[in-house]
Amino acid sequence: MMKFIQSSGQVGTFRTAQVLSPKGPLQDCTFFTRKEILRLHGRYHEMAPNVVPMDYTKDPDVKLPMQLIINMPELKENPFKERIVESFSEDGEGSLSFNDFVDMFSVLSEMAPRELKAIYAFKIYDLEKTLNKLTREELTAEEITLVCEKVIEEADMDGDGKLGFADFENMISKAPDFLSTFHIRI
Amino acid sequence: MSQPPSITLHVPEGSESDGQEPSPDNERALHTSFHQLILEQSSLIEAGLELELQERSRDACAMAWPEPGQDEEHPSCSPASLQILANMPSRTIGHNLGAIISQYCNRTARLRCRSRRPPLQQLSRTARPSLRQYDLETDPARATLEEKRGLLVKELLSLPPSQSSHMLLTMPLTLAEKRILRRQLSGQRGPLRQHAHHWAPFSPCGWSKVCVGLGCRGLWYRFLSMLRAAQPWHYALKQIGGRFGSSVLSYFLFLKTLLMLNFFSFFILLAFVVVLQAVYPPASVSRPPFTGLELLTGAGYFTHSLLYYGYYNNVTLNDPCSSTPKGTVCPLAAPPLPYNLPLAYLFSVGVSFLVTCILLVYGVSRSFRESVGSSVGDLAIKVFCAWDFKVIQRRSVKLQCENICTQLKELLVERRSRSHPQSHCQCLGHCVVMLLAWGLALGSVSGCVLAVHYLLEHMHMVQQEQQVQDSGRWQQEAILLVLPLVVSLLNALMPHFFNLLAMWEKQDSPVTQVYVAIIRNLILKTMVLMLLCYQWLSRSVICSTEECWETCVGQDLYRFMVMDFTFTLLDTLFGELIWRLILEKRLKTKQRPEFDVARNVLELIYGQTLTWLGILFAPLLPAVQMLKLLLLFYIKKTSLMRNCQSPSKPWQASRMSTIFITLLCFPSFLGAAAFLSYTIWSVQPSETCGPFRGLETIYESGKRWVLVLEKSNPTITWFASVYQHLLENTSLLFLMSVALIAVIYFNIQVVRGRQRVICLLQEQLANEGEDKVFLMQKLQSIYEQSHRRS
Repeated sequence: MMKFIQSSGQVGTFRTAQVLSPKGPLQDCTFFTRKEILRLHGRYHEMAPNVVPMDYTKDPDVKLPMQLIINMPELKENPFKERIVESFSEDGEGSLSFNDFVDMFSVLSEMAPRELKAIYAFKIYDLEKTLNKLTREELTAEEITLVCEKVIEEADMDGDGKLGFADFENMISKAPDFLSTFHIRI
Repeated sequence: MSQPPSITLHVPEGSESDGQEPSPDNERALHTSFHQLILEQSSLIEAGLELELQERSRDACAMAWPEPGQDEEHPSCSPASLQILANMPSRTIGHNLGAIISQYCNRTARLRCRSRRPPLQQLSRTARPSLRQYDLETDPARATLEEKRGLLVKELLSLPPSQSSHMLLTMPLTLAEKRILRRQLSGQRGPLRQHAHHWAPFSPCGWSKVCVGLGCRGLWYRFLSMLRAAQPWHYALKQIGGRFGSSVLSYFLFLKTLLMLNFFSFFILLAFVVVLQAVYPPASVSRPPFTGLELLTGAGYFTHSLLYYGYYNNVTLNDPCSSTPKGTVCPLAAPPLPYNLPLAYLFSVGVSFLVTCILLVYGVSRSFRESVGSSVGDLAIKVFCAWDFKVIQRRSVKLQCENICTQLKELLVERRSRSHPQSHCQCLGHCVVMLLAWGLALGSVSGCVLAVHYLLEHMHMVQQEQQVQDSGRWQQEAILLVLPLVVSLLNALMPHFFNLLAMWEKQDSPVTQVYVAIIRNLILKTMVLMLLCYQWLSRSVICSTEECWETCVGQDLYRFMVMDFTFTLLDTLFGELIWRLILEKRLKTKQRPEFDVARNVLELIYGQTLTWLGILFAPLLPAVQMLKLLLLFYIKKTSLMRNCQSPSKPWQASRMSTIFITLLCFPSFLGAAAFLSYTIWSVQPSETCGPFRGLETIYESGKRWVLVLEKSNPTITWFASVYQHLLENTSLLFLMSVALIAVIYFNIQVVRGRQRVICLLQEQLANEGEDKVFLMQKLQSIYEQSHRRS
């Protein structure tokens, strides 16, 4: 048996085996340890205690909608929260099952390698919308155009006028801070 | 969508003869392969992938910024060419499960075939590698997901287990998919393991080895997970990062690093020197009673304690020969192990410095690797990598948005000004101002150093007068505090003066401002410390009247450390708390003081330098420093949370962390190591106290030990001769420096070669892009021709 303490202060207990389902141990597919996965399960559960079961041995098909997930304190103020949750949801609509939830925080943890983070960052970022979200729309339209032009000028390697994944990854490899900024602590 | 268009390409005849080998210049071969590709692609149109087309083109276009130039090139992209564009591997990354699986299958196959990769000279003759990616994608026979999955599992099985699990972890698949793959992997690996167990009982040796191996691995994983869970201050650091971002967080991480370094030094000295001396104390000396002032001055009650060099004995503990009279043979019948305390003292200090050196060099090389990057692509990096996802508080998020907005505007202005450079007049004016500012800064530093010098002499005279007059203990000890007080005061006030200079100077880029501030502060602290070190070693002014001068120097360093801590506390109190109250109540602004990371980190480095300088004279100084750092962490954190706001200046966290740890390694640690080496090699220890009393230099104890070894055991003369020829010969040092320079030169050349390869590859990429555009245009024109004909 293992105890975990919810952030509300209540103490819950459940069997450790319940989190591991016959599909294979969860912790070998993510960058988290078993203890951290149990802690994540606690966080997932407290978002909707009536819907999320404690028992995961039967691998229940439970998905939490986007509105609940983006109210988490780690994501609440992030301007990219909808894009993040959409990129990790299997159905593309933004509802996350527990697998997707763990996957999201695993990729955003500090143990994930640069290439994996670059792939998901590419999914999340869209050039024009990114600029608007970053600056809370305080740049004028002319400045946005100028910045977009300069960004594509700097980063476009094959000259097709678009930023493909290869260009993005090349740019990320030159940014030493990417690993530390694209990181959410949970 | 009706029947596929029939495509014929009119290819001009090549001029080469048929007997030659095919090369990339042979256009016919290339066009044939593309001809096949186009046929395959057009067959896919019939397979009814229109739905995917719509989804893909939406996603593909979402990633690109539609440029006006682009529309002119492709005025009317036909659905077929759009589909081909959308199906390209570079566009399908992360969108289609099948595409990801096939891509990683190819990657795994390439990993396996790495040993069979053709050598570099033949690389120009191979076909373009991007073509190989099409094999799995467009081959209709392998279209099902299950078959692709099976292929991937097969490829993963051929890799070693650790590599395959690492590969699985780094794939951008959903977790459910990964679990299915892992289940299949373990299912297929399981029978092999059972097979292994079949033969195990026949060899009990092998079975026990397997058991032991598995047990050890389990223990190791448990230890690793405990280590991660036992990380101190995890929640505190999350709080700080969440509100203030990576820049302020780097200060606290640096503090943690220093704590760890001090812990190692302290542990080595504690285990080998302090504990043993505590267990076998020397002849008791009368100690003055404990008053509170000792905590500040380090004198009085603390003078004859474990804290300082003077307390330590120069005896060999448990020496079997000590109890027999001279002239008789030493009985060697089962004695308890003798322990040479002076030797232990010398070697512990040396080993702790060596361990610190190794840890620092490792830290520097690791941060260098992470932070080396070019300045080209600043704007793109700022747009995509500047957002700190760790920040979660509303006000800090708003501040971060404002930050990034300001930085983008600044970069745009800089780009514009780069295209319009300054006039000569302005340049000249700027140069003059800069020279003046630097002249003022260096002048003030020299003024400070001279002031400290004259103060030293004055204090010395006052001390002598006091000794003659035989004034009270309080007065005598209070006088000792004047010098540390003045030095700390200078260290606290001069940075503000340098800030004023910087405001007058008005540097172009804020990053240069930070660098210049750091350099000026560093010069001030280095000069003052060098003067003090010279005075300590020459004993002309400080500690000239003391018999046990090492204890005196240790006490001086203790006083400096305590005064430095006091001034840091006062600076936090006045600079942050009281300043915030003034801003809020008097000036009624919402602004709060900012946490000056560079200045605080330099103060930490200064404190650590003092510790390293004093390790030989006060072995418990690392413990004092650890206590100081612990208190500092909590005090700074509390003050930060209550009084400060996020920094408004731009900050490159990883580059700054590299600079800080390099500063810790080079001026600070190297200087302390040089000071220590000089003390050990050339300075005569005092006659009446300490573990090296009576010797000419501290190093002589090591030399004597080697001679004793030689005499006692003739078989290890090789060790003594090695010691004599290697360590005492200066030509070894010369050879080592030559070797080091050669290694550095080699690394520089390797880096240059790699940069040249990167340039060549970038050119190749640009050419590929042009080829792609050309082919798309040709495809488009062919499609239009066939459309017109039909």
